[in-house]
Amino acid sequence: MYKYDTYDQAIVDSRVEEFRDQVKRRLAGQITEDQFKPLRLMNGLYLQLHAYMLRVAVPYGTLDGRQMRMLGHIARKYDRGYGHFTTRQNIQYNWIKLEDAPDILADLATVEMHAIQTSGNCIRNISSDQYAGAAADEVTDPRVWAELLRQWSTFHPEFSYLPRKFKIAVIAADEDRAAMRLHDIGIQLIERDGQLGGRVFVGGGMGRTPMVAPEIKDFITAADLLSYVEACLRVYNRYGRRDNIYKARIKILIHELGADEYRRQVEEEFALVKALGIDPPQAEFDRISAFFAPPAFVADDGVAADRSDPDFAVWLDQNVKPHKQPGYAIVNISLKPTAGIPGDASADQIDLMADLAERYSFDELRVTHAQNIVLPHVRTADLYTVWQALDAAGLAPANLDLISDIIACPGLDYCSLANARSIPIAQKIAERFADLGRQRELGELKLKISGCINACGHHHAGHIGILGVDKKGTENYQLLLGGSGAEDASLARITGPGFDEDGIVDAVEKVTNVYLASREDGERFLDTYRRVGLDPFKEALYG
Amino acid sequence: MKLLTGNDLPTGDVIWWTGESWSRHVEDAADVTDQGESIARAEEGARRVNAAYVIDATATPEGPRPAHIKDRVRALGPTVRPDLTLKPADPQAGSWVI
Ligand code: HEM
Ligand code: SF4
Repeated sequence: MYKYDTYDQAIVDSRVEEFRDQVKRRLAGQITEDQFKPLRLMNGLYLQLHAYMLRVAVPYGTLDGRQMRMLGHIARKYDRGYGHFTTRQNIQYNWIKLEDAPDILADLATVEMHAIQTSGNCIRNISSDQYAGAAADEVTDPRVWAELLRQWSTFHPEFSYLPRKFKIAVIAADEDRAAMRLHDIGIQLIERDGQLGGRVFVGGGMGRTPMVAPEIKDFITAADLLSYVEACLRVYNRYGRRDNIYKARIKILIHELGADEYRRQVEEEFALVKALGIDPPQAEFDRISAFFAPPAFVADDGVAADRSDPDFAVWLDQNVKPHKQPGYAIVNISLKPTAGIPGDASADQIDLMADLAERYSFDELRVTHAQNIVLPHVRTADLYTVWQALDAAGLAPANLDLISDIIACPGLDYCSLANARSIPIAQKIAERFADLGRQRELGELKLKISGCINACGHHHAGHIGILGVDKKGTENYQLLLGGSGAEDASLARITGPGFDEDGIVDAVEKVTNVYLASREDGERFLDTYRRVGLDPFKEALYG
Repeated sequence: MKLLTGNDLPTGDVIWWTGESWSRHVEDAADVTDQGESIARAEEGARRVNAAYVIDATATPEGPRPAHIKDRVRALGPTVRPDLTLKPADPQAGSWVI
């Protein structure tokens, strides 16, 4: 993984001291809240429903054990003993004191972490495939490019005040595990005629006006990729709407211009940008690549995992994925126990995951956009030991990609923008479908819940999506069907009038019953929906 | 009735105007009638509160109850973690939130 050089460390350290001074001045009354708010937001500090909330960046979701343990330390020392992992591959703390914030950032800086650019109209944390470096289907490690983009975008002077926030995802496999086409820019690294380059998709996103990004460039060579991305942003920075926050995202610009016209302007700009020489020299590229070199895998001993413990066997089938290296596997740790809060982990659980990473996964962990954690490189021979440790800590729900592996935003329990609660709905659905056999019978089913139109819970991309709305002061839940954030990206459609808290749970069950009654061999829920369409589901829901 | 609420500046805790100072308990909140805005300005100026705003509420025998669910959640704590609420030991505490 990438290690800070002296410049990186100096930047982060000086930002901590700068913020310490700003907080001191705010607490002493030398600056007003209006003056202070943009400064705290630049450091990831929001004011939420119950307290200040701190959002910490986890670049492309990759962490080592020391960093993970620091996240646990912060949860324990400065928060209420837990942290919340988010769909942006970050972590949020809900109960932060302003007076502690500088110390927290100082602690984070000791492990090469910070909260810079986790808010504001800048380029946010770059997201990527949580299986990067471990997946058999990748053409290269996408994190090398995510890291390059991170360095390029951090404090980029031209892109610090964009019309709106900006999110980039990089993947390097055909299977899209990062919802790439639902980002402002999505890059899929590919190889063509033996040459590395990228497909570039621009203008995706959820929120108020959801869109799947159109392809703007079918191939740009690696040597030109950064210049091309810079050109994409320049056109947006110049013409993106600053007069209306609801129309300020790049997706609106591209929708209004048309993809062809946007592309034409980007190409024109690219010709100018290319001459500036911002693409990194090979030596810099090699330097970064070296940090992502494969770990020292040992030869496969050919021993298969012992499946005699049935609970372990189920977990193995559901949560463990094949690794590119024989003798290794990718372990998915589900943060979705039945009565739990999707994405929450206690300080002790965070410490345990850090320990396991150090001992069994070459000191690496990943945060996934589905609010789970990955140990990317576990020896097959160690899987049982790892599972036992996870199970003892409540970290072994065997529900990856099943109906109870729910993405849910914090909703009205924590978020000041929310219209309705999300977490209790997730819990009720998980309880209704608690039987794992029933869940496995339903197969892959991605259920995603947001507490308002901002779509932090990705409801537009849910096979089943739920959106909380405010109906005359009471919580109401709309049901959406048919979304996907994967390589077959699509937007979910609203089925009809919303439901109350218990009604939405029943509605989900009805929808699964229609699926069970209509599915053909090998079909996932989404496949059946796409084949039969919305009508049979509507019929079952509204009669 | 109208209540004035906000967050304590240094800690971020949710606080309620009692008529002379701030309390963490909505039960202590006073009716600010039409004085909310001016109290808010003065208290923000003195850095005793952050992001103060006035809400509608109802008086009950147990004390004032915010009209909107969002402020009821703020008053007690998250509905999904009783242990993190202001009254973790009181199983009835949340009955008025939802
Ligand atoms: C609690 C504090 C939060 C606030 C105030 C907040 C605010 C917002 C707002 C205003 C938007 C819409 C802006 C836009 O995309 O146009 C948004 C989008 C988003 N938020 Fe949050 N959010 C919060 C927490 C979270 C959490 C906890 C997650 C993850 C679980 C999250 C993930 C996202 C994602 C993925 C989007 C983008 C949806 C898209 O692709 O357009 N946010 N957030
Ligand atoms: S979707 Fe709405 S309710 Fe949920 S976290 Fe985002 S802003 Fe808050």
